Amino acid sequence: MRAFQILIDGFAISALYALGATGFTLIFGVSGVLNLSHGAIMVAAAVAAWAAASVLNVGTYAGALIGVGVALLTAFATYFAVVKPIQDSRRIPNEEKEIFVLTGTLLWGIMIQELIAYFFTNNAKTVLPIVEGVVDVLGVRTPKNEIFTAIVCCLVIGLLWLLVNRTRTGKAVLAASMNPRGVTLLGLELTNIYIVVWGIYGILAGIAGVLLGMFLGVSSYSVGPLTASAFSIVVLGGLGSVSGSLIAAFVVGYLETLTAYLVSPAYRTIPALLLLVFVMYIRPQGLLGRR
Amino acid sequence: MASFFTSRLFFISLALVIIAATLPLYVSGYVLGLLTVAFYFGVFAMAWDLLFGFAGEVNFGPTFLIGVGAYTAGILNAQFGWSVYLCIVLGASASVLAGLVLALPALRVRGPYFGLTTLVAVLMLQNFIVVFADLTGGEIGLTIPDVITINAGANYWIALGFMTISAAILYGLSQSPVGLVLQASGQDPVQAGALGFNIVKHKLAAFIVSAFFSGLSGALLVFYFGTASVGTVVDVAVGVNVIVSAVLGGRRTVLGAALGAIFLIVAGEFLRPTGELATFIVSAVALLVVLFFPGGFLGAALSREARS
Repeated sequence: MRAFQILIDGFAISALYALGATGFTLIFGVSGVLNLSHGAIMVAAAVAAWAAASVLNVGTYAGALIGVGVALLTAFATYFAVVKPIQDSRRIPNEEKEIFVLTGTLLWGIMIQELIAYFFTNNAKTVLPIVEGVVDVLGVRTPKNEIFTAIVCCLVIGLLWLLVNRTRTGKAVLAASMNPRGVTLLGLELTNIYIVVWGIYGILAGIAGVLLGMFLGVSSYSVGPLTASAFSIVVLGGLGSVSGSLIAAFVVGYLETLTAYLVSPAYRTIPALLLLVFVMYIRPQGLLGRR
Repeated sequence: MASFFTSRLFFISLALVIIAATLPLYVSGYVLGLLTVAFYFGVFAMAWDLLFGFAGEVNFGPTFLIGVGAYTAGILNAQFGWSVYLCIVLGASASVLAGLVLALPALRVRGPYFGLTTLVAVLMLQNFIVVFADLTGGEIGLTIPDVITINAGANYWIALGFMTISAAILYGLSQSPVGLVLQASGQDPVQAGALGFNIVKHKLAAFIVSAFFSGLSGALLVFYFGTASVGTVVDVAVGVNVIVSAVLGGRRTVLGAALGAIFLIVAGEFLRPTGELATFIVSAVALLVVLFFPGGFLGAALSREARS
């Protein structure tokens, strides 16, 4: 009974972690950018969905769409206002661009977080779920919303896999991640590829944010922890490896759920952090990472 | 190094310190209190810059070192009643020890991986403080019975003196042969290693020095506040402020980091009337500096001097 509960709850939270981390790892894989405003974009999506559905009464579906749209716009803004100017800057030496992107996106994330806190207060917001009610799964009373979350996460990740491996755009993105210069020689504009990737990222982060808002609720305080957990999942899996971060998401998700049920919710994140440090010691490039 | 004492930077710094030292004679206790905190933050930022600016390692967890120093000192005083000065010394020692433990993966991993390891250290410390609430005061914070002094002017002078001495040592170190090796290994570790320098040893040294000053400053700050809490010395947000200070003031300048920290704290206070938007405005200004003046305050000033 309890084993099934851990299995089901753990699956839902792991799938959500996986979706949350996928966009983050995609951008790193293609353009080498670690976007520290990730958590802020997810929270922005959730808060927009909440505000549209609960304050403007546009309905849950339209609210969710608005949330994803806001994430998409924020992702583009992040690229054009912060990341691209730093990458194009001649005053920043090339070997320091990475730290400037980190600092820049960090500050950008804080700005978004503070704007959310200013306009919508620090209170936690729960987005109205698209499906309501409870069903019995293997003798465990499970909210339909939890099953919906897991299904959407798996579907979106599957679609992304198809997009990257089966379409022309996806192949260009893949090629850019392997050899950016080679792609430009083939006559493709790198900037265009990056715009596509940031677009995909925005949608992924938006869906993850809205689902998180329905499943657990968010507040402006969630920004830092969300970025940190995406960052650790991606590093645990190996930077730039999408399959690595999927595995890592499930390892972290189940480890947290197990700890919460068997030990105490207060200790929830500690084993996952310890595991991360342990992996860093024996395998610094992460589970499936390339150095 | 000798040329520093005849440089314009030295005379400007000297003048600033002398002016700062006279402040208690004519400004309010409120301003002094603000600057006292800013000075301790200045040491945090300088210690961070020594590691980043010169060894090229992005330490996302400056508050791990600060927090270990602050909480060790605080706990020893609050739970065992040991004297303030002993607690400060032990706090700084604990930070050095924590720095050594943290430096172990640092010697193996680089770049974002190193950044993550240090970030995780902060998150773990935060978790442990909450879990061991009996000892640490948990989320509420630890109340510390003793303080160094309650005189605002004396506190201010202690902080100013501490920052000045730290700045002199850290800046001197950054300009010394050790600092040059660090700088070289930060920019191109392979070449620096090929020149026969033991990069690992130099980075370890930088880590330990950084940890010592972070911990010492953290311990002093605790005995100024009379309390230790996650929000003031451990939280990731505090670490962000430290990093932003160093980048804002000018990375690889050490002294600039202190200027950045003072600016950040003072600007945050001036913007307090704007309420929630204060942090937004400070972050926006910092982002503009990052985008348009990547050298930071001191970097911009120094390059102008070099050009003229």
